[in-house]
Amino acid sequence: MSTPTPSTNPLLRAWYDKETRSIIVQIIAAALILSFFAYIINNAVVNLAAIGKDISFNFLWQNASYDINQHLIEYSSTSNHFTAMIVGLINTLLVAAAGIVLATMLGFMLGVMRLSNNWLTQKIAYVYIEYVRNVPVLLHILLLHGLIINALPRPKGSYNFGDTFFLNNRGFQMPSPEFQSLFWIVGAFVVAGIAFAWWFSRHAQKVQDETGKAYPVAMINIAAIVLLPFAVYFVLGSPIEWDVPALKGFNFKGGIVVRPEFIALWLALSFYTAAFIGEIVRAGIVAINHGQTEAAQALGISNSRTLKLVVIPQALRVIIPPLTSQYLNLAKNSSLALAIGYMDIVATIGGISLNQTGREMECMLIVMAIYLAISLLISTVMNWYNNRIQLVER
Amino acid sequence: MKLINKVLTGVALTAMTATAAQASTLEDVRAADELKCIVTTGLAGFAAPDANGRWEGFDADFCRAVAAAVLGDGDKVQFVPTTGKTRFTMLNSGEGDILFRNTTETLSRDADLKLSFLPVNFYDGQGFMVPASLGVSSATELDGASVCIQTGTTTELNLADYFRTNGISYEPVPIETNEEGFTNYVAGRCDVYTTDASGLASTRAKFDDPTQHVVLPEIISKEPLGGAVRHGDDEWFDIGKWVVNALINAEEMGVTQANAMNLAANVGNNPSINRLVGSEGNMGEMLGLDAKWAARAIAQGGNYGEIYERNVGPNTPLQIERGLNALWNKGGVLYAAPIR
Ligand SMILES: N[C@@H](CCC(=O)N[C@@H](CS)C(=O)NCC(=O)O)C(=O)O
Repeated sequence: MSTPTPSTNPLLRAWYDKETRSIIVQIIAAALILSFFAYIINNAVVNLAAIGKDISFNFLWQNASYDINQHLIEYSSTSNHFTAMIVGLINTLLVAAAGIVLATMLGFMLGVMRLSNNWLTQKIAYVYIEYVRNVPVLLHILLLHGLIINALPRPKGSYNFGDTFFLNNRGFQMPSPEFQSLFWIVGAFVVAGIAFAWWFSRHAQKVQDETGKAYPVAMINIAAIVLLPFAVYFVLGSPIEWDVPALKGFNFKGGIVVRPEFIALWLALSFYTAAFIGEIVRAGIVAINHGQTEAAQALGISNSRTLKLVVIPQALRVIIPPLTSQYLNLAKNSSLALAIGYMDIVATIGGISLNQTGREMECMLIVMAIYLAISLLISTVMNWYNNRIQLVER
Repeated sequence: MKLINKVLTGVALTAMTATAAQASTLEDVRAADELKCIVTTGLAGFAAPDANGRWEGFDADFCRAVAAAVLGDGDKVQFVPTTGKTRFTMLNSGEGDILFRNTTETLSRDADLKLSFLPVNFYDGQGFMVPASLGVSSATELDGASVCIQTGTTTELNLADYFRTNGISYEPVPIETNEEGFTNYVAGRCDVYTTDASGLASTRAKFDDPTQHVVLPEIISKEPLGGAVRHGDDEWFDIGKWVVNALINAEEMGVTQANAMNLAANVGNNPSINRLVGSEGNMGEMLGLDAKWAARAIAQGGNYGEIYERNVGPNTPLQIERGLNALWNKGGVLYAAPIR
């Protein structure tokens, strides 16, 4: 065998050099990818031009002309498409955020139940997880929505909770607060309470570190944030007026209504994602060596403190990364809202506005950009949290 | 390098064909030997698959008439079901060659969505349906009601306008398809269902006891329904337009499903009929078709009147009187341009 003689051709020599070759390959790959996108975009533009369409976002400032049932900001059919988009975005964020909170709570509960020594508890969690995560989330959504609109009574026969809360197949009606002028004082007390709690937690920690004396931190903080403002609220003569819903004609008037579409989507997304989170939490806890629990117990640390101080902080490091992708899934699955008519970002700008203006390209680009932004936001927050809880080596 | 060359040529070629595909819908349809016709997801009487999966209805018959004229066989239709929201994107992206889907002709759909509307084949208007048990007798009594409304339609915009001008409030319950609207209405998620009066008739016919549901007297809009094609292909537009005109003229002249082919085989003594059925003149050629285009379209599902009576007329479950949709000389407004 003879060693390959270095070629005299500089091009060939460059090719045989590992680093240069990798650069060449990367340039070619990048060029191919870019030309692929250039082709797609060009193709779209050419074909749009063939039927006389251009790409323009001016339609955003025209009247939307359609109504949206759930809008958390001022909106009517005379608002423009941009406002309709914001309304849809808020609805998406609302259901995603509410879903993430509920899914996390349920998921942690399921994960702990799965590890329970109680046979029944453990099996319930097991059956729940296996059933829920093996049925497509769309079916959960449709099923829940169907149940709500069919099984719950119509407005006239609403379930009445003390003439204040009502449940029927138009949703859950509850009173809405109307803040009177003096209410700001209560608000100020809440803010002050939070500030105090923040300072007090650190102070208590310091005292404990130095003297070993432990204050009942949680109790005192709750008193500062909740009880004191409540007392102030009553001293000021309850400066909130409640707008209580009342049946007028076809529907309830006044108050706030949580619509069946929101409830169905929120619960379905939460129940579904919780099953996955449950498994992640279980895996996270199992990953912590049991010897550590035993060691803590040997030191006489109580069970709940062992969980809080030894197991959970370490389990979280295992749990957070896969949890992040569950949050991302939940946020993106919220677009299934379309199936039951929850007016999210896809239903508003990506649906009705798209159809009424014929701006398919523009609307889809907007929707994609928004989902990308939401996903990046979730990832960033979770990565920040993940870094925070990482083991600090001393 | 060879590979890259191949890829690039491939890309260039597809780019060219993709652009060329816009050139002639007629050629595309002939090459595929099939007409892709955009219809509803299912609205009995207009377009809905029957028990054997065969699409039936007023709109479906217009699809078949066009296929018969262009391809010589009314069964060479691929039905493309769409919701109110997807129909125009499907048409403009080439997923369909022609659209017959309870579609209202409006300025913005023409100019902004870039559709070209064929002659109106059904004059309609938007109405409201409520359960009789509610005891409502006029749309003005609907303050605060929940209203099921199909998204991506003209009816959704009319609804917003109507309640706004009358200063009354409502809760829109957005739905995608007529089926979904029906389910929500039956479950009582909404008190009212609103859509084209023809759609209400079709939906009402689905109830075991239709008399328990009333259509309110108010008709709040004009909904001239017609077929449509993409902007930019005038020859194809002309074909669609004249098939519709031919079916309406056929009713006026007494050319029917039964006699169309016979009339086409012999030169009769009525030149208008001769031109329509192609025993005289070269009308078909002018359209890029053959002489018997209209005769086949009529023989496929009958003239306008026959299509109407069979699918939506007084003797069908929909029970819609001819009304505005009668010929101009019979008290209606159907007045098709002459074939000459
Ligand atoms: N004519 C209106 C409304 C058309 C429409 O969507 N009608 C409904 C009810 S009549 C329909 O055809 N639904 C059939 C389906 O759900 O696919 C328009 O063009 O926007």
